[in-house]
Amino acid sequence: MLKLETVDVAYGHVQALDGVSIEVRDGELVALLGANGAGKSTTLMAISGIVRPRAGTLTYNGVDLAKSSPFDIVGLGVIHCPEGRRIFGGLTVLENLKMGSMRRAEKQGVRKDIDWVFSLFPVLAQRRHQSGATLSGGEQQMLAIGRALMAEPRLLMLDEPSLGLAPLLVQAIFKVIRELHHRGVTILLVEQNVRQALAVADRGYVLSTGKVMLEGTGKDLRSNPEIEQAYLSAAPGARA
Amino acid sequence: MTSTELLLQQLINAVSIGSLYALMAIGLAMVFGILRLINFAHGDLIMVGSYVTLLLMLLGLPFLLAAAAGVVASTIAGLIMERVAYRPLRGAHEIAMLLTSFSVTIFLENLAIILFRPTSRAFPAPAVLRSVIEIGQLRVAGLDLIAIIVAAVLLLGLTLFVRRTNVGIAMRAASQDLLAARLMGINVNKVIATAFAIGSFLAGVVGLLWSARVGKIDPLMGFNPVLKAFVASVIGGLGSLPGAVIGAYVLGGLEILLQGLLPSALTPYRDAFVFAILIALLLFRPNGILGSTEREKI
Repeated sequence: MLKLETVDVAYGHVQALDGVSIEVRDGELVALLGANGAGKSTTLMAISGIVRPRAGTLTYNGVDLAKSSPFDIVGLGVIHCPEGRRIFGGLTVLENLKMGSMRRAEKQGVRKDIDWVFSLFPVLAQRRHQSGATLSGGEQQMLAIGRALMAEPRLLMLDEPSLGLAPLLVQAIFKVIRELHHRGVTILLVEQNVRQALAVADRGYVLSTGKVMLEGTGKDLRSNPEIEQAYLSAAPGARA
Repeated sequence: MTSTELLLQQLINAVSIGSLYALMAIGLAMVFGILRLINFAHGDLIMVGSYVTLLLMLLGLPFLLAAAAGVVASTIAGLIMERVAYRPLRGAHEIAMLLTSFSVTIFLENLAIILFRPTSRAFPAPAVLRSVIEIGQLRVAGLDLIAIIVAAVLLLGLTLFVRRTNVGIAMRAASQDLLAARLMGINVNKVIATAFAIGSFLAGVVGLLWSARVGKIDPLMGFNPVLKAFVASVIGGLGSLPGAVIGAYVLGGLEILLQGLLPSALTPYRDAFVFAILIALLLFRPNGILGSTEREKI
């Protein structure tokens, strides 16, 4: 179980997270919603050990993440698929997938998972020897998710997986997210596509200017009139 | 000597000096690719290896043994440099890293001056390195031939390493997107240390060939090679390994070409002409030959 308790994160004088408390139980799909600059990506960055909290506690199954390196956190099975895909453009599709499995020793399991990723995203199989930079945006997003899956996530954090994709591709990505959820992968999903996210989420949190404004089940949040309000409350021009 | 032979002769010279620049430039490019650090102290690794080799030879060790120890010394010095000077600066501003590399240079050079005296010492290369092979009218220095062969072998090995091994692929991944590499659980410290180790090993090899070529060594001997290597990697496109190699051979070729073409009154100013041509080149391709022409991503 992932547990954040009153976590503060600041970039210089800018308070990005202000007393954020979030819980993700094993097997859950939890959505993290909010406008640009609300602190969604920062929350994920704190969980994966890239930014350090100024206060509060961050634990995964009792391990203190605030004291763990990103390397160790990946070793725990907490995998962060970052916003903007960030695949390795100069590496082939296959090499990108291999980079996801750097912490795994057993070659057979890795080979099996490569086949699994190719069955989830058949287009990647066709492009396996192409460099990442030659892929379309949608294919790059699939590669980014596939690369994260190669790390055998127990908790998979997806940051804006549908951003900038055509509706058909958004459907395809969400289909895979549902499938992963059914397989028992715990998922923390950051999304601006609120409707889609709440349709698949067990529970959700709404962040606004670094604070948790709302939380509840996917169903409750879908019917909550305050949701729209929370999005509109972000300062104009604020950026993630 | 016919003109074909003259051309061949000059070509061998150019490839030989280009090979030395290439081995140096790779070390700079590897580290720059990942850390955005221009490690000017890289040149001093040449000096460390050469002095260790010379000292061991003076103690009576055969050249090959002393040379191997010198290369190992360069490698270890590079690893210590990374651990002590650069690792604490992870995430620091590029200017802070650049200034640190100057401090490391000043420290190492002055340490060498204190330990070994500031004047130069003769570097007694073994006979095989000073031999001259005659093929018809062509006179090829054994040293040039060895430099070319050594560089070819090392470049081939390096290519296989970055293409085929997991650590090599991870190194390319880290140089493309350090954050994504960290998020995927790539051990960035290990990758960076490996880059330093490889670069320092190559610098150690260059040190031997360079010292044998010049015939003497001194505490500041690393400055010229690192400057040339820096120029070579800028020509090729900073951070690109193939670019560094191409840039190095272009630089070597230009130097030899101008050496031959310039009237003898102007040859002392050869480097000025070389740099003028390079400035012109950079005006047309500001990111170097292999540097990406797209604008930096935000």
